[in-house]
Amino acid sequence: MSETVDARGLSCPQPVLLALEAMKKLTKGELIVLVDTDTSKENVLRAAASQGWQEAGVDEQQGAYQIRLRKG
Amino acid sequence: MTAKGNFFATRTGMIIVGAVVGILAPVLQKLGNPGNMGICVACFDRDIAGGVGLHRAAVVQYIRPEIIGFVLGAMVAAFIFKEFRPRAGSAPVVRFFLGVFAMIGALVFLGCPWRTLFRLAGGDGNAIFGLLGLVAGIYLGTLFFKAGYNLGRTQVTYSSVGWLLPLTMLGFLILMFIFPQIPDQGQSGILFYSVKGPGSQHAPLFISLALGLVVGFICQRSRFCTMGAFRDLILFRQIHLFSGIVALLVAAFITNLILGQFKPGFENQPVAHTMELWNFGGMLVAGLAFALAGGCPGRQIFLAGEGDGDAAVFVLGMIVGAGFAHNFQLASTPQGVGTYGIAATIIGLIVCLGIGFTMRQQA
Repeated sequence: MSETVDARGLSCPQPVLLALEAMKKLTKGELIVLVDTDTSKENVLRAAASQGWQEAGVDEQQGAYQIRLRKG
Repeated sequence: MTAKGNFFATRTGMIIVGAVVGILAPVLQKLGNPGNMGICVACFDRDIAGGVGLHRAAVVQYIRPEIIGFVLGAMVAAFIFKEFRPRAGSAPVVRFFLGVFAMIGALVFLGCPWRTLFRLAGGDGNAIFGLLGLVAGIYLGTLFFKAGYNLGRTQVTYSSVGWLLPLTMLGFLILMFIFPQIPDQGQSGILFYSVKGPGSQHAPLFISLALGLVVGFICQRSRFCTMGAFRDLILFRQIHLFSGIVALLVAAFITNLILGQFKPGFENQPVAHTMELWNFGGMLVAGLAFALAGGCPGRQIFLAGEGDGDAAVFVLGMIVGAGFAHNFQLASTPQGVGTYGIAATIIGLIVCLGIGFTMRQQA
């Protein structure tokens, strides 16, 4: 079971703040982040990399991105 | 690595964008734009407000083609890379007022964050106080973010919503062709054109427009944001956006040296005053407003170009704010702050703090 952060429709820096909060809470495992702009997608991936989380795939559906992140 | 397919969103891309903007602004100044104002988003929005007669300060009236280019260039980039996403509905009226007070604060200092950097790169020491105010305002903003400040989610909306601001800008450009500037005349048809002062100083229309399009395009791709640069540094210890503004500052400084535009000092700097406290205070309010709205005035324009209706409302707030700033004598002049500039700065701070304290969502 992976945790999901829904950051769709939120503007900077909320998606990164929410994603980082979830990463801190989980410490490792799988995390799904939903965003709806390319900027937020890039920002979340950049923040994840800085925390040692790996990108496990990005799916685009109905104008939104589902970012899968993994650690440990 | 984390920005697949978008070179401009890499660290190198960001540095290149910052450097390009840092070179183009002093060049625009050389070609006619005012001193240390090759590009100033706040000043140029203010000049547009004057150009269409929303204020009657005769020295700052000119529809700046750079701004038109920023919006349209960002829109072209968004369409080419399939990032045009019409969206709106995240507390637009709040964003309008943030735009109004951001502009009032910026006009107490006399510049947006971009011009703060260009003033520094031109040797204007007064900009140090503006920069300190900007950073302090953004820092306050990060405290609100940590405490849960949030203006709510946007909604996906009709494509035509995203077109409104770009079409407005295109309309302004068409008006400039229908009612072109007439030498030594303050008015041409329904448009106002300064015959003296900063509004009368401008690069040729097509060069301003072309360079504006380039800046709009590359800034949309890179997500360049001067406010975000400091915010991400403070909030996340992240230097991605910050590397862009450092590149801008260095490139502008070198370009100014080459073009003979670097004149260090505090007195008699172009379109600047020496009241340290209010240089700080004006940008404190502006920095806080930009942080709460999620982007510097440039970034808001590029977002508006890619379909963000809320960012468009912020831009309109800035233009209306410029009208108030000059009609109510809030804007500073080289002699110092306007008659009611200090009162407006204090009111702006109270309004922004009120927004920060009262608009929180518990997770």
